[in-house]
Amino acid sequence: MKPMMVILALLASSATALAAEQPVPLKDAPGHEAVENVCSVCHSLDYIRTNAPFMNAQTWQAEVNKMINVFGAPASPEDAKAIIDYLVKNYGKPG
Amino acid sequence: MLKRRSVLQAIGGAALAGPAMVAGLARAAEKVPLTTGLPPGEYDTAVLDALPGKKPLIKLSYRPPNYETPVSYFASDFTPNDAFFVRYHLADIPDKIDPASWKVKIGGEAAATPIELGLSDLQSGFEQVELAAVCQCSGNRRGLSDPHVPGVQWGLGAMGNALWKGVRLKDVLGKVGLKKEAIELVLNGAEGPVVDKTPDFVKSIPVWKALDENTLIAYQMNGQPLPHLNGAPARLIVPGWTATYWTKHVVSIEAVTKPFEGFWMKSAYRIPTGKFPVVDRFLTQELPGSTPITEMVVNSLIVTPGGPVKEKLGKAVELRGIAWDGGYGITRVEISSDGGATWQDASLGKDLGRFAFRPWSYRFAPKKKGQYAIIARASNKAGQTQAESLIFNPAGYHNNVPRPLSVTIA
Repeated sequence: MKPMMVILALLASSATALAAEQPVPLKDAPGHEAVENVCSVCHSLDYIRTNAPFMNAQTWQAEVNKMINVFGAPASPEDAKAIIDYLVKNYGKPG
Repeated sequence: MLKRRSVLQAIGGAALAGPAMVAGLARAAEKVPLTTGLPPGEYDTAVLDALPGKKPLIKLSYRPPNYETPVSYFASDFTPNDAFFVRYHLADIPDKIDPASWKVKIGGEAAATPIELGLSDLQSGFEQVELAAVCQCSGNRRGLSDPHVPGVQWGLGAMGNALWKGVRLKDVLGKVGLKKEAIELVLNGAEGPVVDKTPDFVKSIPVWKALDENTLIAYQMNGQPLPHLNGAPARLIVPGWTATYWTKHVVSIEAVTKPFEGFWMKSAYRIPTGKFPVVDRFLTQELPGSTPITEMVVNSLIVTPGGPVKEKLGKAVELRGIAWDGGYGITRVEISSDGGATWQDASLGKDLGRFAFRPWSYRFAPKKKGQYAIIARASNKAGQTQAESLIFNPAGYHNNVPRPLSVTIA
C-alpha cells in the first residue's frame, strides 16, 4: 500500500484531531504527487518551502538521497527522481 | 512500517481543507516577528501558531514541531514556559506521558546495579537542586548562515532561559554505580521516528560531563512541571552545552564502555575540528576533521527596541538585551555605533548564575543626527568574544556574529 493510501485508511478509522497542522501548499507541477506521498509521511512540507530557493540541483539531490538512504524514506527510484526534479525545478536556486 | 500516532498527525497536513485553509490564510496575515537575513521561503511560510499549552510562537515546521520564541519574550529574566521554543527531530511524539507511570531506566553494560526511577523516586530519593540555565538549540540562527545551509531555518529564538529543578545525574549514577570502564552515557527519550528505518534520536555525553554537579534530570521549569513539548515528565539539563544533549521525555540512560555509534552522534551535530573557540571536548566521539558540538559560544542579542527606531536628537534610545555563553560567565557587553571602530560598555544587570542569560542595558544618546547601526558584543571569563564575521560551517552552528539594529536620529 502506498503511504498516502495508508494515511487515508487510517483517517477513515479515526477522527482524532491531534494536529493543528495546516496544509502547506506546494507548487502544482510534475512530481508534486510523489512529494506529497513520500515526504509527508515523516514531515510537514513547510521544510521544503523554508529551505528555498537557495538549494541547487546538487544540494536537493543530496538532501533527498539522505532522506532515503539514512532516514529510510519509502521512495522507489522513480519517486526519488520525480521528487528531485520537482524540488530543483520549483524550489531550487536558478542556474 | 508507519506508526499510527504520527500518521494521524500527518492527516492534518495532507487532508484538511476548507475552514483550516481559511484559518491558515488568516494567520499568514499576522505580522510574524522574524529577523532579517533568513531564506526567502521562510518569510512566505512562517506563521504565528499556538501548539497545545503554548502561546503563539513562530512556526517553522508543523511536523515534527519546530517553533521559535519571538525575541520580545527575552525581555524577562526567565523565558515563560508557554513561550519557550519547541524543537523535535522525529514526529512520533507521545500526545502525553502520565507522570505517575513514567519511569527512566538507568543501566547499561557499565552500570553495576541498574535501576528504574519514577517521578516520586526522583523527588524523594535525592537532593533537590535548582539551577538557572540557557537551553539553546545548536542550530539557533542557522537561517542566518551566508550562504544558507539546509535544515530548520532558525532565526534568533531557538533558545530560552529557565530555572530548572531536579536532581543531579551524578547522584543518580552514584546509586547505580558506574564501573570504571564507563566512558559515555547514552540518552534516549520517549519520542521516536515515524518509519522504523529512521535512526531514533539518541545522544551520548561523556562520563565527566554526566558527573558534573550541574548536569541534572529536571522535572520542573520556572516553578511548574515541564511543559509536555519541552520534555515532560523529565529531561536532561546539560548546562553550557547546546540543547541537542538535553534529552526530552528521558526514558533511558545507559552507561557504555565504547563510543556510542548512533547517527545523531557520528554524523549529525558535528563541527569542523579547531574552527571554533570552544574549550570542552568530547574526545571519545572525535573523528578526523570533525568533533561533536559541545558548549555554546559567547553571544548576545539586542531585545529592545525590537526593530529599527527613530528618535529626535537630544532624546536617548534605551537599549536592553541579553548575553550568554557556555557557562564561563559574562564579564562584559559593549556597544558600537560606528561599525566596531569604538566600543562603550553597557551596564550588566542581575547575575542569575553563570549558565543563565545576563541582562544588560545601554543608553544611546548620540550628539549628531544620522543613521546608526548599533551592534552589541559580549565577552566572557574565558577571554572569548563574539566573532566579527561568520565562521561558516555546513550545519550552520555557532553563529554569534553581532546583529545590527538601525537607529535613526533626526
